[in-house]
Order: sequence, then C-alpha cells, then structure tokens
Amino acid sequence: MANFEKANSFNQWMDQRLGVNTIKKVMQTEYWIPKNINFLWAMGMILAATFGLLLISGIFLLMYYKPDVNLAFDSVNYIIMSEVGYGWLWRHVHGVAASVVFLVIYIHMFTGIYYGSYKKGRELIWLSGMLLFVTFSAEAFSGYMLPWGQMSYWAGMVITNLFSGGSLEAYGLVEWIRGDYVPGDAFLTRFFMLHVLLLPLAIIGLIVLHFGTLRLPHVNNQDGEEIDYEEAAELYKSGNHKDSKVIPFSPVFLSKDIFVMGVYFILFFYLVFYNFQFAMDPVNFDPADGLKTPAHIYPEWYFLWSYEILRPFSKDLGLVAFGIAQVIFFALPFLDRSPNVAPASKRGLFHIWFWLMLLDILVLTFMGKLPPTDALFANIGLVAALTFFALWIALPIITKLEKKL
Amino acid sequence: MNKELKIFGVVTFFTLFLYWGVEPFAHSQMHKHVESHGFTYDGTADIKEAEAKLAAAKESGNKVEKAEATAKAKKEFWANVVKISKLKGDPVAGEAGFAMCAGCHMDGAMNMGGVIPPSLNHAGSLYDKNYLIALIKNPAMAGNVDHKYKDTSMHPMGSVSSMITTDQDVANVVAYLKANKAGELTTKEAFTEACERCHAMRYAKTTQLGDTPKFKYKKDELKHQVKILEEQDLVKAYMGKLPPDLSIIIRARSEHFLETFVENPQSQLAGTSMPRVGLSHEGYEKVKEYLTEIGDPSKPAREAIGPWVILFFIIFTGLAFLWKKEKWNGHH
Repeated sequence: MANFEKANSFNQWMDQRLGVNTIKKVMQTEYWIPKNINFLWAMGMILAATFGLLLISGIFLLMYYKPDVNLAFDSVNYIIMSEVGYGWLWRHVHGVAASVVFLVIYIHMFTGIYYGSYKKGRELIWLSGMLLFVTFSAEAFSGYMLPWGQMSYWAGMVITNLFSGGSLEAYGLVEWIRGDYVPGDAFLTRFFMLHVLLLPLAIIGLIVLHFGTLRLPHVNNQDGEEIDYEEAAELYKSGNHKDSKVIPFSPVFLSKDIFVMGVYFILFFYLVFYNFQFAMDPVNFDPADGLKTPAHIYPEWYFLWSYEILRPFSKDLGLVAFGIAQVIFFALPFLDRSPNVAPASKRGLFHIWFWLMLLDILVLTFMGKLPPTDALFANIGLVAALTFFALWIALPIITKLEKKL
Repeated sequence: MNKELKIFGVVTFFTLFLYWGVEPFAHSQMHKHVESHGFTYDGTADIKEAEAKLAAAKESGNKVEKAEATAKAKKEFWANVVKISKLKGDPVAGEAGFAMCAGCHMDGAMNMGGVIPPSLNHAGSLYDKNYLIALIKNPAMAGNVDHKYKDTSMHPMGSVSSMITTDQDVANVVAYLKANKAGELTTKEAFTEACERCHAMRYAKTTQLGDTPKFKYKKDELKHQVKILEEQDLVKAYMGKLPPDLSIIIRARSEHFLETFVENPQSQLAGTSMPRVGLSHEGYEKVKEYLTEIGDPSKPAREAIGPWVILFFIIFTGLAFLWKKEKWNGHH
C-alpha cells in the first residue's frame, strides 16, 4: 500500500484517497472553454438542469403512480392532483419539463448545425447527441402512455402499429411489442418499466458519453476558430485573462451558465404555474377508451415534423420516408462535405440550406397537427416533406462546391 | 453583448412562432367555430340548425317536407316563448301550478322514464326565464332534442303541457319559480340540481343517486353500489349511453367548448341525446366553479405560490448576473 501521511485538512485527506484536487482541475478549473461564445453555449447545462428536474419530479410521481389500466388514470388525475401534497406541482413540472426539454434540444441541435460543431474531430459529439435525442424521444413516448388517457391509448395504438411495416403486415411483431392484441395491461407495465428504469439508465450513460466526447476536440466557438489550447491555457494561468482565448469551465464559464439558467427558470416556472396546458393535451384528460377514437390523433408538438413526413405518402412509402427522417440527422457529419468549420453565415449556399431546413421543419410541425382531410394543408405538408428530402440530397453537393475559407 | 441580444431575439422569434403554430393556430383550425350567446335562449341557434338541415334536405331531395315542418315548428315555438316571456306572471297564482311540478320534482324522487326528476329548489336562479317557459311548453323543443322523440316515444316530462295549459299559467309558474325558488345556492347544489341526474362525479364521490355515504358494513356498501348500477342502467337506456363522469371535464375540454356545449349541446355534438340544460349565466358560473373545484383543485395553490417562485428566480438571476460580471471582469 502507498504511504499515507497524516492529513492536515479534510480536503487533503480526500485528495490522498480520491485525488479530488486532480479531478477538480480536470473537470473544472483547468477544463478550458473558448471565450468567444454566446449564450447558446449554455444550452447543454440547461438540458442537464432540465433532465435533473425531470428526474426529481419523476421520483416523486413514481411514489404514487400505479401502473395498472384500472388505476393509472385516477392515480395521476386524482391521487397525485388532489390527495398528494404538492403532487400537482411535481406533475406540472414533469409535464412542462418534458415538453420544454425538446425545445432546448432543438435549439441545441440547430446551434450545432449553424456553427458546424459536428465536423472534423467532433463527429462523436454529434452522434452521441443524436443518440440522446432518440432515447429522449423514446422516454417521452413511453411517459406519454402512463396517464392512460385517450391520447395515451390511441398514440400507443398508432405508433406500435407502425411496426407492422406496411405491406409486410408484421402483426406478430406488433403483438410482441404490445404484449397483447391491443394496448392493455401488459403494454402499460412494459412502457412503465422502460420509462422509469431502462431508458433513464441509457440516458444517464449517454450523457456521460456526450460529455466525454467533448473533452478532446473541445467545444466549438462562434467563429469556428482553431485554438491552440495549451498555449491559451498557459497564457490564462500566467494571469493574462484578457488576451487568452480560453476560460476555465469553473467558475468563469459556469457563472455565465448559471445566469442563463436563471433566465430560463423564470420562463420555465412561468409556464409551470400559468401556462402548462400546452404541455398537457386536454384529450388525455378523458380516460382511455378502446371503443371511442378521438376526432384528431396527433403526437406532442416535438414529434409533429416527423409525423408529417409519414402522412402525405402512401402507406409503404410513408413508412420508408418516416424511417429515413428518424435517422438522417445522424448522417449530417458525413453528408456535409465541406471542411469549413464556420458559422453558416460565412458558408454561402449552406447558409440558405440552414434556414430552409429550419423553416421546413417548422412548416412540417404546423401541418403535422392539422387534420389531413383539408386538401390545402395536406398539399403544403406533401411539399414540405419533399423539400425535406430534397435538402438532404442537396447537402453533399452544395457543401462539396463550397469554397474553402 | 449586442450580438447576444440579436441571437436571443432570433431564438425568441422562432420559439414564439413555433408556439403560435402548434397551439393557437392549430386549435383555430381543428375545432369548428361556435358562437356563444351569453346564456340567453330565444331559439335563434335551434332555428338556424333547422334551416341548415332544411337546406341540406332540399339539396338531396330527401325528407324535405319533414325538415320544412321542423323548421316551421321551431320558429312558431320560440316566437310563442318570447311572447309568453312578455306576459306579466303572477307568482301567487303560480304556486298552484307549481304544485303540479312538485308531484314529481320532490326530495327522494325515484327514476321516472329515464332520470330522477331533479330538485327545483333553486330553479329560479339556476335556469333562464325563457328556457323555463319553453321547458313547460314543450320539454323536447326546449332542450333541442325533439329529434329523439319524433316517432312514438314521449319526453318523460311531456305530460306537463296537459297540467299547465294556458300561456298565462306558464308565465305564472315561472314567476313563482323566479320569486320563490331563487335563493343563493352553493356550487355543489348547482351541479347536483343541474347535472347530476345524468352525470356522476367520482372524484367528488357523488353519483346519479347523490353523495355516496360511508357504510359500516361491506354488504351495505355493495347494496348501494348495486343501486347505483341500476340507476345508471336506467339512465343509459334513456340516453343511449351512460353520460360521462364529469370529474375532470374542466381540463378535458376548453372553456369555450364547455360554455357553448352547455348552452346548446347540438352545436358542438350534432345528434347528441343530451338536452340543453338552460342554465342562466349565473347558474353556469356556479356549475363551472364546482367543476373547477373538483377537476382542478390546485388552482388556488398555483395562484398563491406562483408569484413567489417567479420572484425567487428573478432575484436568483439578478445575483447570478452580478456573479457573472465579477467572474468575467478583466476577461475582455
């Protein structure tokens, strides 16, 4: 065993046994972040904080929720809302956070796309982030089943039906996923397990991976500038804070993160107390009824764009399109053929591509909620879905043509 | 700093645009527009509906005569109601007429032809005057559910017109109700008298048979449950299906939907067997308050805590800003 000297302080005692000073250096005071960034660089911490809120509120809800088709609805809407002290607060925090977390994810993603933060050495940041997006989506969907309202039931029915694979008619697979012919008790309990155990575990693991992927390539900056981190760090450590291009994660970068988080929490709790309806669809306050299909079935807002890519095509084509749309963002680092790491505004055609993609996703989102029976909306949806694919086909071509900066 | 604000502006713009698209805009397109008419009842909506059906019938050439007769009957009926509402009713004379009502509308009444006749203890303030007149003249027409009784069946309250016959008698009974049955009522009483003969509310532990008592013995509890099921079977047979439990209807429907639905159920759910309730504005407010108390009980707590939480984060953000300023000092 190593020789342990008598420690003079708790910190020293801990340092001898756990190397806390080294950890502190590596993770905080000498984890270098470029100085040339804006508040969009705080979205990662905001996501971590929102995930924390979801976890804490989820733990409280888990203590009273009952995963049983006969009890689930009333355990959420009566027991938690009426009998549990502050149960309503935990539920509204959980519901609002589940919706808002996707807004921040989308901002985070489009920030990455705009500044080219997925390129040359940063591919794994993007890929692990996309994995997080997928697991968050699964987490959101499984959570949506739990109150066992009308939209839980019918969304569960529609989405699991997709696994029949159109003309493949793989109904056996659908039954296997549901554990029954239609969504029922087995369906609810397995989605409950996924929501409270397996998926959160995967998310936590992926968050660690996502942070890990940042370490070597470092965070991108507003101009995509390549920074000599060792030199900049030496300059900073020598006391020249003004000329160094980097800042330590803690406390300098963190102080800004916390400020941005404060602004975010004002908005967040405004929504929790005064405008939570957008995150809690009225249709889901009717108990699940397998004999009564709701007039409109639509997913939560954050799935609408991909839902709209499914809808305008024929059954098989729609499924293929939907499948591609789910995974195409993974391919971004490989479809973007330009070596330039720079904000989109400096990248010519890519600049137009970026805003078109953003607008197209918004149009798809709007159309995804509207009834497809309206011919005008259906046509706009079709054009937007085709545009989506046209943009992805165009991406390697326009980035190949892009001039090197 | 300027750049940060510019970016913040862009993010805010797209966030609000997104919100507008998936909430207000989507809802404006998804639900048909129904005009509210302030809980006054003169048959305008009913006549419009009948005329629209007539126009549709004419177009298809199907059952034109029947539709014509319905539209004509509705116009005449509501014109008569408005006429009666202008008569001066005598509450004293109306008491004798009301005795007829009390034969069925009494405490501990049993199910009669589908539902238990509701208490009229607060009918004067709970219901609109025109509606009460219409109800006594022709309950099916008043409720805008005459389509249910077209053929052979009769409205369970249909015999009232043979008991209170002249227009003056009708005006008198309504005057009596307005004068003597219009006391202050609690929100719960409003729900019980206006809705509960059809709708249970399990979160308030109340059913078509009223509040469910606590029983000492399990067998008494089970006996009561059987009674509830029997009553619900009668309501179901009469209404076609068991009307939904209203425990959290306040969160399941928009305010505008509930309001226009209660005013005229046909406007939102064409063909429904639910009759118009005929609530006055005051009566509706009471019912809505009760639905909110039971279906959205955290409202007072939200309103009490909300400002403090927001204030906390405003102070938090202010302090965080000062900390940030201090930490970034000398960095630019």
